Amino acid sequence: RFPRLAIKGSGPIIGKVDGPNPKPRLSLTSSEPQTRGRGVQLLSQVLQQCYGNLQESEVEVLVTFYENRLKDHYVIMPHVLEGLKALTKCLVLPPGSAVSILKSVFQDAHVQSLMLAQRSCVYCILINLMDSREEELKGLGSDFVFGFVQSMDGERDPRNLLLAFQIARKIITQGYEMGKFTEEFFEVTSCYFPIDFTPPPNDPHGITQEELILSLRAVLTGSQRFAEYLLPLIVEKLDSDVQSAKVDSLQTLAACGSLYGHKELSEFLPGLWSSLRREVFQTASEKVETAGLSAVSALVASLSRSVLSSDSEDVLHVFLDLILKDCLHHLAEPDLKLVWPSAKILQAASNASYRASLKVMSAVMPSLLEQYNTQTQVSNDVPLLLLLLVKSVLANHFCSLSSSLAVMECCGALAYIYPEAFAMRMVPRLKEAIFSGTSVRRRCVTALASVSSQPSLVQESVPVLLQILTSAHTGMGSYFVTSVCHSLQRIAEQAGQDPEVGQIFHDIVIPRLLGLAIQAALQGETLSHWPAHQVHYASLMASRAVRLFLDGDVSFLPENAFPSNLQLLKVNSCYQTRTVCLLMACVCSLPRSVEIPEVDRLLVELEELSFTCLHPFSYTSAAKCFAGLINKRPEGRTIKTLLLRYHPLSTSLTDKLFSLLGDSELASHAADGFYLLMSDSPDVLNRGCHANVRIMYRQRFFAENSAKLVQSFNSAVPGKRKAAYLKALSHMVNNLPKQVQLTELPALLPLLLEALSCPDQGVQLSTLSCLQPVLLDPPAALTTQLDGLVARLLALNSSPSMKVRIASLRCILALSHLPDHLVLPFRAKILQALAVPLDDKKRLVRKEAVLARGEWFLLGNPGR
Amino acid sequence: MSGGTRLENANPLVFQRSGERLLTATDEDENVADPIDDREIFDILIRTVLSQSINDPEHPLSLEELNVVEQLRVNVNDQDSTVAVEFTPTIPHCSMATLIGLSIKVKLLRSLPGRFKIDVHITPGTHASEDAVNKQLADKERVAAALENSQLLEVVNQCLSSRAISGE
Repeated sequence: RFPRLAIKGSGPIIGKVDGPNPKPRLSLTSSEPQTRGRGVQLLSQVLQQCYGNLQESEVEVLVTFYENRLKDHYVIMPHVLEGLKALTKCLVLPPGSAVSILKSVFQDAHVQSLMLAQRSCVYCILINLMDSREEELKGLGSDFVFGFVQSMDGERDPRNLLLAFQIARKIITQGYEMGKFTEEFFEVTSCYFPIDFTPPPNDPHGITQEELILSLRAVLTGSQRFAEYLLPLIVEKLDSDVQSAKVDSLQTLAACGSLYGHKELSEFLPGLWSSLRREVFQTASEKVETAGLSAVSALVASLSRSVLSSDSEDVLHVFLDLILKDCLHHLAEPDLKLVWPSAKILQAASNASYRASLKVMSAVMPSLLEQYNTQTQVSNDVPLLLLLLVKSVLANHFCSLSSSLAVMECCGALAYIYPEAFAMRMVPRLKEAIFSGTSVRRRCVTALASVSSQPSLVQESVPVLLQILTSAHTGMGSYFVTSVCHSLQRIAEQAGQDPEVGQIFHDIVIPRLLGLAIQAALQGETLSHWPAHQVHYASLMASRAVRLFLDGDVSFLPENAFPSNLQLLKVNSCYQTRTVCLLMACVCSLPRSVEIPEVDRLLVELEELSFTCLHPFSYTSAAKCFAGLINKRPEGRTIKTLLLRYHPLSTSLTDKLFSLLGDSELASHAADGFYLLMSDSPDVLNRGCHANVRIMYRQRFFAENSAKLVQSFNSAVPGKRKAAYLKALSHMVNNLPKQVQLTELPALLPLLLEALSCPDQGVQLSTLSCLQPVLLDPPAALTTQLDGLVARLLALNSSPSMKVRIASLRCILALSHLPDHLVLPFRAKILQALAVPLDDKKRLVRKEAVLARGEWFLLGNPGR
Repeated sequence: MSGGTRLENANPLVFQRSGERLLTATDEDENVADPIDDREIFDILIRTVLSQSINDPEHPLSLEELNVVEQLRVNVNDQDSTVAVEFTPTIPHCSMATLIGLSIKVKLLRSLPGRFKIDVHITPGTHASEDAVNKQLADKERVAAALENSQLLEVVNQCLSSRAISGE
């Protein structure tokens, strides 16, 4: 009768406990424990069915009743716990009773002396209360954790362990206070690590080892506070002989990576690394190796992510240094068996983060490349290793790749061997990155150029670059476009004499480039999108490409519909005349044997342009083009051209230049003319452009003219004109080969000293750079001039140009190496004067000053 | 202070040298003033060598390679014109400590503008007679007097000679 009533919930259940109905009440108060037990059992079963219908006051009475029963005879205990478990599910549990239930359970029930089912009951009570009464339980402080630690200490049953781990995980994730019981808490859970569990045959509960491992791992790796206990434990367990223990330890270590930072890890890194190294190097099991590698990755990733304080060491570098130290030298011995494990570790480390890959790559690539380049009998492994590493870079941080020169170089080398792989994998990714407008697109363009070492790759990469150029009108920065031109130029250079690449450039690149340039010029939007230097690059590129054409066919010029009466060489707009440099690039780089059509008409137009145009870039280009054409003609004019060929007429033109030096207005320009004569020009009139260059033309010119120059200088009136002679002289001397300089200089020394006082910074700089090597092995003539030299050099220390200051300090340093008796008299003066540049605003100047002053201090002192 | 026949730390631990300072665009910009910083002082000091302390005078080791000077132990304040350098003797009983300190101090005196106040001392807790050495180094007059001793000056100058470093 009684149970039925209760289930219906028709009346207050309290009545049933101490109400009028005597029977259950009698059994509950019976003095026979067995009888009391049955009474409690009955009540607990009822509660399990109807805990949802109870009211708060009823629950309160029942809780008090059950708490008291906990102190009762042990046979009753199982039923009491069942009842409490039901009560903890009540939503109306009165405030405070959660705490009191727990206190009573921890105090009166000795969990580990209970039977399996009752222990499970206790864990369920804990779980129920943690779900519904988190705040109240936290009020208990660390006592709660202590109670839990005591109750689970010694638990053996896997089913209960799963519950216990669930509680432990909740304690960590919900942030229960552990206080001084942290270590105990860790001990009581970590004693199961690593888990070794084999389910009984036809296991009815379906608990697997995997399940236990994962739930324990979630506990152990759940808090940074366990790091100091867990990491030594892992190192210890890695020594185990059981493979599953090793794998578990390694996986647990990898799991730590997501939470731990350098603070937790740094202390244990050497120990962890030596264990990891041993596992990966020595294991025969693929599982252990994989787990070890992912642990390395996880550690590196976590170290890369950690925020450093300003004064702490970057632990990432410390760790990577450990790895590199142990692995790098194995790569150098590709025949030994440690090479692959080492490579895998390095790969795992570099896969972990951008910073790590940067460091690892810059350490590994150079040595691999060197091996690759130097060893005559390259073992197959080296290119494979390179490929492996590069692939991992590509897969993960490929945008970072161009930041390391070594990686770029390596990509170039690899692309040469595996063009298909690069064409299929890398080029599309780079293209995507470039057009998505990322901040690294310039690097991507450079990377594209560096891998384009094979015709098949050029075929893929060049259209991409051209596409970028085409879209240049739509607002990409001109800086970026310049780098695209650079890249095209680089590809052309790399290609060398490869006829296939030449064909590609001939068929696709040049017409497009010229088309684009002229189109831009016609639209008159030159300034914003095609600044002069960029056209210049384009022309350089074109000239290099043209050199590849052995057929010398120039009739391919602009293919699309430009106005037919286009007169680019007429002086009407500087934008259009600018394109003359493109013309120069094309026609001047052709081999001498190629006939250029209508060359006479072209020469006339060019001459006119170079004399009438006001735009400096245009008229220089026109003159250069003119000179380039003349050089190849049987007979010709302009000085440089003739000079290169020792043409007899050149002297008369040089004389003309000399007379210009005497002219007060043109003197300075004329002096610069000497620079033009003596220096190498990168885009025209060099051997690469098939120009007619005689050997030693510089020496010859110098021998013919230096005396004349000195003479004119001596007879000239002081002032501007003298300065012009000095300038011309310094240009001439500076471009001479060093050996010639050394023999010629003593005679010119007085003039050079004079040149130091010339106000022109360019002259000062070129004179100083001539002087410095002379000072290392000074001619006798110098000794009489030391006074003046020192005074002039010190005066230059206050020059507004940092380059001049640096050069003069270097000369002063060189002076300190002269024989002591010559320079000692200047020591005090120079030391005092050098105190000033020690406080220069530019670091590079200070560096030179420190060096020079240090040496002068040692001068004449013991211990030098 | 002289090396003597027996070496104290005949086989010191040698540390890797750090790379050259990388040149930035602002370094070459005339209009930008570069303040004196820790790295600059460190670069000055690492040229100092300890030719007396090791058994191979052909290959002296620099203070950096011996880990005597580390960049993080160099503190410069350009605005306040102060420099503080902590150095770590290779062993706690190193009798060269005073000489090393003196060499560092002299190097800084010669290489820094006069406005700087230079403080050189031993990294706390790394030398047995730390206080005594620090006191000597802080005493201007004792430093000046020490440098008038030509034997001592010779040893200091040897440490500071750039030619002692390979390749220079």
